[in-house]
Amino acid sequence: MGSVVMPTSRRGGGDDRPPAAITTTGLRKAYGDKTVLDGIDLRIPAGSVFALLGPNGAGKTTTVNILSTLVPADGGRAEVAGHDVAAAPDRVRAAIGVTGQFAALDDLLTAEENLLLMADLLRLGKREGRARTQELLERFGIADVAGRRAALFSGGMRRRLDLAMTLVGDPRVIFLDEPTTGLDPRSRRTMWETVRELVAGGTTVFLTTQYLEEADQLADRIAVLDGGRIVAEGTADELKARIPGSHVRLRFTAPADYERAATVFPDATRDDEQLALRVAGDGGLDALRALLDRLDGAGAHAAGFSVHTPDLDDVFLALTGEGAKETQR
Amino acid sequence: MSTLTYAVHDSATMLRRNLKHAIRYPAVGLGSAMLPILMLLLFVYAFGDSIGAGMGGGRAAYLEYLTPGVIIMGVAAGSMSTSIAICSDMTEGIINRFRTMDITRASFMTGHVLGSVVQTMACAVLVVGVALALGFRSGATPLEWLAAAGLLTAVAFAVTWLSAGFGLISKTVESASNKPLLIQFLPFLGSAFVPADSMSPGLRWFAEHQPFTPMTETLRGLLSGTPVGNAWWISLTWCAAIALTGYLWSRHLFTKGPAH
Repeated sequence: MGSVVMPTSRRGGGDDRPPAAITTTGLRKAYGDKTVLDGIDLRIPAGSVFALLGPNGAGKTTTVNILSTLVPADGGRAEVAGHDVAAAPDRVRAAIGVTGQFAALDDLLTAEENLLLMADLLRLGKREGRARTQELLERFGIADVAGRRAALFSGGMRRRLDLAMTLVGDPRVIFLDEPTTGLDPRSRRTMWETVRELVAGGTTVFLTTQYLEEADQLADRIAVLDGGRIVAEGTADELKARIPGSHVRLRFTAPADYERAATVFPDATRDDEQLALRVAGDGGLDALRALLDRLDGAGAHAAGFSVHTPDLDDVFLALTGEGAKETQR
Repeated sequence: MSTLTYAVHDSATMLRRNLKHAIRYPAVGLGSAMLPILMLLLFVYAFGDSIGAGMGGGRAAYLEYLTPGVIIMGVAAGSMSTSIAICSDMTEGIINRFRTMDITRASFMTGHVLGSVVQTMACAVLVVGVALALGFRSGATPLEWLAAAGLLTAVAFAVTWLSAGFGLISKTVESASNKPLLIQFLPFLGSAFVPADSMSPGLRWFAEHQPFTPMTETLRGLLSGTPVGNAWWISLTWCAAIALTGYLWSRHLFTKGPAH
């Protein structure tokens, strides 16, 4: 990030990507002889939502723990908010907020006292701390229970208080480790809304999840982590397009049209009952146009078509687990 | 602000948090005061006459002998409650929140240790109050009381740092509350309840060389006017050694990373 600002190009070297909030290169971690992370490379632009998707035990939490300075990596480099996590952990800590998998609250204190404790530890000063606490209590809908002990809160309320505590210091980069695991659907939606608001305000969000819908809903980019490696990375649509299974379904009303089309696409799967053809393809605009041109050329008149893209579940199952290992290695 | 003011500020914040816990849930603190108070009542009323007679006095004489020992035992027991508080924090998510914040690393431990010392001293005051109510009379001057308070603070500080280490190596709160039993039991094997020279030779050797004996002797000297001799500096040396060992050990455990 130390590049000189050039008059023609913002970052020099022709790289006009937005600045990265998080970068890792070759990140490795092992516990004993069990390799948890086996060389992770990531680049997460500032102000975006990044989802690390993976099954249990894939190394998601370990990645968050390394990036949030909780545990040291065994190898590789990681930079968060422009600071090396190993060389300048305090700088990193000053820029981040972490909401882990398990609520990090003081159960014996009230919601308000929990937030004030954060304000004190962030050295905000009495008046600013009180104002910030009040603001967050209201924003997260817990102002009416501000004087109640955190231990008495429901799961959803604990998670909200937890996130509110993370936000007291207005961090630039936020880590959310499985933020909605165990939440009811309504609390989950509230959490999603909050994440969207944060990103709208310019915050970078790094979230881990095992819910595909969550990654699909929130993330600008998704990386699929499995067995300590990134097995796929891209936008939700890019990932869906990457696995086989995208196809165009052509429907016909006249059997003659159907037969003509079938000779044009000999590889297509026939559905003689429905007079429908299943043609493999990624459903992209150019592919679609070419497909329709070929139909026209053969004089086959189609009644309609539909594009079928696999959902993230298909992607996830195809990319992770035992089946994926055989096809990849 | 400089690094030092940050450290003081963060430690003060952590101390406030722990005192708030103690005031809101006094059961733990009062619980550690109950043990010495019950010991005091038991030994004075159940065994006081016979032990007192054996020592050439009566129940009143034994109360005078016993009180300093029970106070030391109470301070040792009270200090050990830190391990429960620290272990409970370590097993909750809150410790990871503290670890990912830009705060002075040591403040978490310092806050716990100072909070525990304050709490233990409050217990000691309670025990002295009960002893006075039972008829304990001290001829100590205000300066001697002050010295006694200083000695007890040093003992509490030292044992608390050791206790902090026990809290950090414990995986569960239950095991954290069991580990310190040995240290709570140590004053019994010293001159707290009966003079060491009334013990069997092996035990006597141990009693004369273990840290709580000179501490008890020093406090007894300050409160009851018995000769202190060189017990005071042996006590303070022990305190310094225990505090330093406990501090270095806990610091090593805490900076090593999450144990849980």
